[in-house]
Amino acid sequence: MDQALPPTRWTIFLDTFFKASVIDQYLPSILKGIVVTLEVAALVVICGILLGLTLALVRAYRIRAVNILIVILVDMLRALPPLVIILVVYFGLPNVGIALSNFAVLWLILTLVLAAFAEEIFWAGITATPKGQWEAARSTGLGFTQTLLFVVMPQALRITIPPLTNRTIAITKNTALGTVIGVPEILNQATTATSFAGNATPLMMGAVAYMVIFIPVVTFGRWLETRFAWRRA
Amino acid sequence: MDQLLDQFFNLSIMQQVFPLLVKGLWMTLKVCAIVIPVGAFAGLVVALCATSQSRLARILTVPYVDLFRAVPPLVLLIFIHSGLPFAGISLSPFQSVTLAFLLNNSAFYGEIYRAGLESIGAGQREAARSTGLTALQTNIYVVIPQAVRNVLPDLLSNTIEVVKLTSLASVVALPELLYSADMARSITFNASPLVLAAAFYLVLLWPVVRLLSRLERRVAA
Amino acid sequence: MLLIHADARRGLPAARPLLLAQVDTALTPDTPILDVRGLTKRFGSTEVLKGIDLKVRPQELVFVIGPSGSGKSTFLRCCNRLEEPTDGSIRVAGVELLAHKVDINAMRRRIGMVFQSFNLYPHMTARGNVMLALRKVLKMPKEQARAEADAALDRVGLADRAGHHPSALSGGQQQRVAIARALALKPELMLFDEPTSALDPELVGSVLGGMRDLKADGMTMLVVSHEMRFAQEAADRVVFMDGGVIVEEGPPSAIFGAPKHERTRAFLSRVLN
Repeated sequence: MDQALPPTRWTIFLDTFFKASVIDQYLPSILKGIVVTLEVAALVVICGILLGLTLALVRAYRIRAVNILIVILVDMLRALPPLVIILVVYFGLPNVGIALSNFAVLWLILTLVLAAFAEEIFWAGITATPKGQWEAARSTGLGFTQTLLFVVMPQALRITIPPLTNRTIAITKNTALGTVIGVPEILNQATTATSFAGNATPLMMGAVAYMVIFIPVVTFGRWLETRFAWRRA
Repeated sequence: MDQLLDQFFNLSIMQQVFPLLVKGLWMTLKVCAIVIPVGAFAGLVVALCATSQSRLARILTVPYVDLFRAVPPLVLLIFIHSGLPFAGISLSPFQSVTLAFLLNNSAFYGEIYRAGLESIGAGQREAARSTGLTALQTNIYVVIPQAVRNVLPDLLSNTIEVVKLTSLASVVALPELLYSADMARSITFNASPLVLAAAFYLVLLWPVVRLLSRLERRVAA
Repeated sequence: MLLIHADARRGLPAARPLLLAQVDTALTPDTPILDVRGLTKRFGSTEVLKGIDLKVRPQELVFVIGPSGSGKSTFLRCCNRLEEPTDGSIRVAGVELLAHKVDINAMRRRIGMVFQSFNLYPHMTARGNVMLALRKVLKMPKEQARAEADAALDRVGLADRAGHHPSALSGGQQQRVAIARALALKPELMLFDEPTSALDPELVGSVLGGMRDLKADGMTMLVVSHEMRFAQEAADRVVFMDGGVIVEEGPPSAIFGAPKHERTRAFLSRVLN
């Protein structure tokens, strides 16, 4: 931009959202936020999916009392806004003598929420496997657990992948909720920096950071969906 | 145990804050009443663009959808509420919330409708056009009804997510259910108002979640 | 999912390879491989099997025919307890299948089953389909299981298709893989549940040919099928079922040539014309 020109709308826009000096100053804290976001996200994805898978496998044994508990837990976690659960746990638990760090609360709640959705998706995959597959496997002498692990789950996982990917992305994005309880992830760093800088550039940096992280993942999810689309027909 | 009950299920506090939370619930429902129908309609338009004959329309919808699917709704909301004022655009909390969630939702509803539209074979379109229906009539009377039916569980599931999403409005101080509950918590130093709010959400959404499970099973069968 | 339900609740032990000691010591060459007595099966209030008695001797091929809804498939599925009988006795090679202590997985290993809809595992190759039970039920080392699987596939003429997934095979080939899957476990009895009903007419011959070879090798077989011509030519005995009971049985020449019962005559005139 030529210094001699009077400020145009375009230069005002650039100055508000893409100010170079602000970018320079706050890039390190945004990068720190990215690290925290990625850490929480990785922990949530691994623990949530494993827990969801475990719950679905347990549910396959159809022990009535256990299954009722699983269904109630899963339903509640699907019906409640995650932010509500986060606030209840974060503000409630210290008063009864259980102190969890904000990082731990965010991780715990998002893990439980992802586990609930993952359990439903895995369970749908298990029940979608034709009865004949169970019968064929059992007729050759395979036990219930062997049939579940070697015959049913490999097939169930295939139809599980696209919806699970989309759900995982959605819940991973909820790491931004950590800002409400002060977890120093991207959004938290961005809002803090914005109020210090008196300029919206850090918020834009935060938004761009999310795009850089998630657009490839969203595109990958879309690709997975078309790749596995034939299974649904 | 008493401590636990007192901290999370304090009935007298719940009774006190009940009217406040009901007020908050109304605000939540008000946001939903705008965001869900408008978002669902906008999503349909996005999906029709994404599957249209026009190359340009198809190409333009991809970044729109991907952008709003990639950015967490809370980030979008805070960007609109606290970022735009720096550019001289100040919106009220209610306006910020509806704008942010409409942008976010239209992208998500759009993806669902797109899958639905793509599930309808070309034969349906050809049959309708061969009887003299226009492209628009074909969409309205033949394609969209079938497409919607095919993705009904996904639409319902997304709608649940939208209702849950409105809780984020508390972050920009819109006095909806969660905001009211959190206000009450900070005054009473007790988590019971939050638990009561959770109960409100459960009453509102649990039946829908159950219905959804049943629908999903029927579609899978 | 009735099957999963029942077994899961009963908490059946995992499959163990068959120990010789488990074989009934009173076994003689004349002991029937399959000895069914007073078998009944109710679904709720409807009685599908109303007391079935049937013996299948070693190396015999017994054909079960009858109208749909006669209970013949249910009967077959009771013979390896995929369907849980309500009452009665089923002895396989002298072992009571309905006893509480029976290791049903070990017994099922000895009873091969072939289904109408093949039920091949779609995520595994033909060889993988055959190997799974060899590895997990018989605990065979991988190399041995692989050799046994290839031998079984060779027996049904599919040695060259071992590496293919079911989706790359024709219906007839899929069904022969399913036969190989059962055969590889060296069963003493094989159950066939309408093995050719889901096949295009031109593919039926290859499956029946495979069954003919099995018969020639001395396999004991119980077959539910509508292939009347195959029954006439290959069966040692034909059983006609209707309304949950065995109406009559005898050599094919008797059943097809001079049926004693009116119901048998009516059924045969309907299917043969």
